[in-house]
Amino acid sequence: MSLVYAKNLEKHYGTDVVLERLNFTVEAGEFVTVVGASGCGKTTFLKMLLGTEALSAGELALNGASIPGEPGPDRGVVFQKYSVFPHLSVLGNVMMAEELARAPVLGKLFGKRRRRAREAAVARLGEVGLDDALDKYPHELSGGMQQRLAIAQALMMRPRILLLDEPFGALDPGIRGDMHELITRLWKELGLTVFMITHDLEEAFSLGTRVWVFDKVRHDPQAPNAYGATITYDLDVDRNRDMKAAAAATLARGASATHPATEEV
Amino acid sequence: MKRLINLRGGRGLRIALALLPFIVLATAYIAIANQKTEFNPNQRLFPTAEQMSQTMTRMATQADMRSGEIALWADTRASLQRLGIGVAISATAALIFGLVSGGIPLFRAPFSPLITVVSLIPPMAILPILFIVFGTGEMAKIALIVIGITPFLIRDLQGEALRLPEEQRIKAQTLGANSWQVLIRVLLPQLTPRLISTTRLALGSAWLFLIAAEAIAAQSGLGYRIFLVRRYLSMDVILPYVAWITLLAFIIDRALYLISRKWFGWYHVDEQASA
Repeated sequence: MSLVYAKNLEKHYGTDVVLERLNFTVEAGEFVTVVGASGCGKTTFLKMLLGTEALSAGELALNGASIPGEPGPDRGVVFQKYSVFPHLSVLGNVMMAEELARAPVLGKLFGKRRRRAREAAVARLGEVGLDDALDKYPHELSGGMQQRLAIAQALMMRPRILLLDEPFGALDPGIRGDMHELITRLWKELGLTVFMITHDLEEAFSLGTRVWVFDKVRHDPQAPNAYGATITYDLDVDRNRDMKAAAAATLARGASATHPATEEV
Repeated sequence: MKRLINLRGGRGLRIALALLPFIVLATAYIAIANQKTEFNPNQRLFPTAEQMSQTMTRMATQADMRSGEIALWADTRASLQRLGIGVAISATAALIFGLVSGGIPLFRAPFSPLITVVSLIPPMAILPILFIVFGTGEMAKIALIVIGITPFLIRDLQGEALRLPEEQRIKAQTLGANSWQVLIRVLLPQLTPRLISTTRLALGSAWLFLIAAEAIAAQSGLGYRIFLVRRYLSMDVILPYVAWITLLAFIIDRALYLISRKWFGWYHVDEQASA
């Protein structure tokens, strides 16, 4: 059985259709990168997986069950920013998951249980290269370090899927390369299933095993919002390196906005 | 020469500049007081520094014949006790209600409009009701402070909770947090330093309500004393008392600020080193 499954998934806001005719299955262990022009509904799609946006029609299932209408520990997330808690140290941020799981009333652990949670957190922080910043607060970290922290934190619950919303969009190119290595290594080592939104095609093709390009295929010049975006290309990266040009063309067209009928797919 | 906007001066200069206006005002006052006294030795509107220090020495050292208490300290204790209890009750209530209202939409829906309307009631207008209900004892004065500042504190904390990035609440849920845990592990620790900084702002109002209540019905207190001696035009008591209240307010404000800096360093990151 596939891990994530969508059938005729749609999202409308009033009469504006944002997403339509989304059909896909994703197996455990896939790394799906999602690209598309700004405003094409990539983030809305991620929010539906996260549970913070309701579906308007169709089905969206994780592990055979409909995605609940609220976030949960089976779906980890890293946002572009505000992903970590500013009032907690690096260690506190990563220990949070275990503390919440084991201390339902206080949400904090003490004594032996705290030491055990601390050890697990330190080990995970070592994996992302933050072991020498345990007691620092997020504001003392660079953007890249904050995202490392956010990733380490998100992985503590061992989520079934990891959702990344342009996690490296605000980082310098050099740092971004390091982060690509990190996320690729964690994906392989932990056998993660990842959905990552990006506007960087290069990034999409180098990280993903599968690239989705979101775009509108149907246009009504009289009612620009009558049709939504859908997955126009679903590319298996290893076999479709040469399709990058076509994907780039789609992105460029989305960027230049007004374009008449494009029933080409 | 650098531009004016870039000139800051050394530490010594900044301290000197900070003290300058106080020295100028004090010097000006003393000059006026001395001149008026020279012209009319019995004038009471501008007591000289000497007169004030004599009066205050008496009030701070000699016990009152009737009550056996030293006026300044008895007044200070009475006022600080009322202020402390009132502000403590307000802050505690505000933290609880601000937290729950900011965190739980179904609680906020009926509560937020109510507290908005309540916060618009002028507290002084209901002081007579408090005197009728609680009598003229301590209770009415504390109640006035509580009623005066709590709605403001709650509204501020609720707003702060809503201004926290939505991402944090979502993140906590993806880490397995239930509603209660989101409240106490995400919102509460971030609202606490905000409560301290908003309480610092509200202390001005708290003093206002305290002194107003003491002026109307009390047997002790800094506000009581000021309004008592007003009948005798005793500016030599009123002015030092006002200065003393100001000093107390300043110390409380600084103490809260330093506590917040020490315990919630992360909250003060964006502040300039000016405060």
